[in-house]
Amino acid sequence: MSVLLIVEHNNKELRPFTLNAATAASQIDNDVHAVIIGHNCEEAAKALSKLELVKKVIQVEAAHYENFVAENFAPVIVKLADNYSHIISSANTFGKNLMPRIAAVLDTSQISDIIKVIAPDTFLRPIYAGNAFATVKSKDTKKCVTVRPTSFDACESSGGSAPIEKVEASEEFSKTKFVKREEVKSDRPELGTARVVVSGGRGMQSGDNFKLITSLADKLNAAIGASRAAVDAGYISNDHQVGQTGKVVVPDLYIAIGISGAIQHLAGMKESKVIVAINKDGEAPIFSVADYGLEADLFEAVPQFLEELNKLNTIQK
Amino acid sequence: MKILVAVKRVIDYNVQIRVKEDNSGVVTDNVKMSTNPPDDNAIEEAVKIKEAGKATEVVAVSIGEEKAQETVRKALAVGADRGILVKTESVVEPLSVSKLLQKIVEKEKPDLVFMGKQAIDDDCNQTGQMLSALLNWPQATFASKIEIKDSKLEVTREIDEGLETIEINVPAIVTCDLRLNEPRYASLPNIMKAKKKPIEQLNASDLGVDISSRIEQIKVEEPPKRKAGIKVASVSELVQKLKNEAKVI
Repeated sequence: MSVLLIVEHNNKELRPFTLNAATAASQIDNDVHAVIIGHNCEEAAKALSKLELVKKVIQVEAAHYENFVAENFAPVIVKLADNYSHIISSANTFGKNLMPRIAAVLDTSQISDIIKVIAPDTFLRPIYAGNAFATVKSKDTKKCVTVRPTSFDACESSGGSAPIEKVEASEEFSKTKFVKREEVKSDRPELGTARVVVSGGRGMQSGDNFKLITSLADKLNAAIGASRAAVDAGYISNDHQVGQTGKVVVPDLYIAIGISGAIQHLAGMKESKVIVAINKDGEAPIFSVADYGLEADLFEAVPQFLEELNKLNTIQK
Repeated sequence: MKILVAVKRVIDYNVQIRVKEDNSGVVTDNVKMSTNPPDDNAIEEAVKIKEAGKATEVVAVSIGEEKAQETVRKALAVGADRGILVKTESVVEPLSVSKLLQKIVEKEKPDLVFMGKQAIDDDCNQTGQMLSALLNWPQATFASKIEIKDSKLEVTREIDEGLETIEINVPAIVTCDLRLNEPRYASLPNIMKAKKKPIEQLNASDLGVDISSRIEQIKVEEPPKRKAGIKVASVSELVQKLKNEAKVI
């Protein structure tokens, strides 16, 4: 039977992790159908139909879908579920909020945050913040699965030409009302998808000192990350937090500055391709995962780092 | 207003997890156990609401083995009025937990149910959403701010793009994020007082819910280890390595 991918979008465009979730879905079954629920989301539906891996698009439109309220979305998916063996979404805040509401109604024990498809009923998923990996097999006939997007490559955004089928909206759930969304706007790459991430920890000592992180990130066209300690100390807002309770990032280059490397932080970044740690404590646990460790005072090392970068003819963007 | 708070007993967040040699799970014998951290935020918020005169009773409920009583007792020590322990013999999946909680909700008739957004052992992030689906109640997940406005709550949620605010009618489910509040420590007199507060004990089997497992755990392994890296002596060496060896800048 086919798999149904729940698409994350902003009514204009697809959100990038939809492409990663599509890849995971296609590893379960080739016949990937994608459902887009929104308001005036015509453009996003078209973009979806062009994805290489998507065989059919189901578009559901209504004003009450504009703000992605899970209580409105879940009945739509439940209604479609009969035709599918699997329901898939990204394990980010969108999918985490929505999928269990669907699984409970379908009486399915959800499998969260998979990092590998072993067989259509068997998956690998991290537990204990990535300190152990569990291989789990679902005995339910219908499976609800959320996917860690950074563990799967993004699929091609062109090459497909899936038909778009429009399906009638479900009723509005009147007891939940969207009020507002405050998105953090920035010219920088998004933390979850950036090629380079520069993160600061408690060692930064103040919010003002995060300027050093910002300058380095500017130079490398990087996203800015932070440890929970830095967020809790109020040096930087929580949308920058990398770790078990923040974002999981897998950039090509992760630079940890003044971060000791608590278990919960490592859980969010240790799959990065290259890790650099700058810390004055040579025993800090961050060095155990760093490819290149520099034991130094960050207040001397970071300005030097900037100088050295200035000497280079080119820096990859 | 009555608030039910669900709390889970998990391996303490400071403990380095060890995988069992036979790959059947992680070592839990002689390991320090604590309340799941965001569940502490859930209790704290409920107690704060009661202290502000907006709630009449806070009931803490846990589902798990006999020892989960300690987790309920801790909730009582920080201000919950009474406790409920639903005893189970094996690990219960979030779907079953939400069905058991549904039974407790039907019996207790709370106006609000609070719990942590995720348990730090299985990292499922499901129970609150599932319970709210079973009850057909509104859900506010990943809450970092809760304001009570008559029979409505205005909740700020932490989402990937930033913050989102929603308004939900009571009765409702709220799952709490770590930044919702700063959980208090139980004072010694309150720990003593908590010993006298009642904890009702029930067996999961008496609640008429099928809690058999739907997911087979085939094996648990250590994650692949990262190859040990090197220490560089200077910033210029670091930059050279990044440029010429790792080729990432």
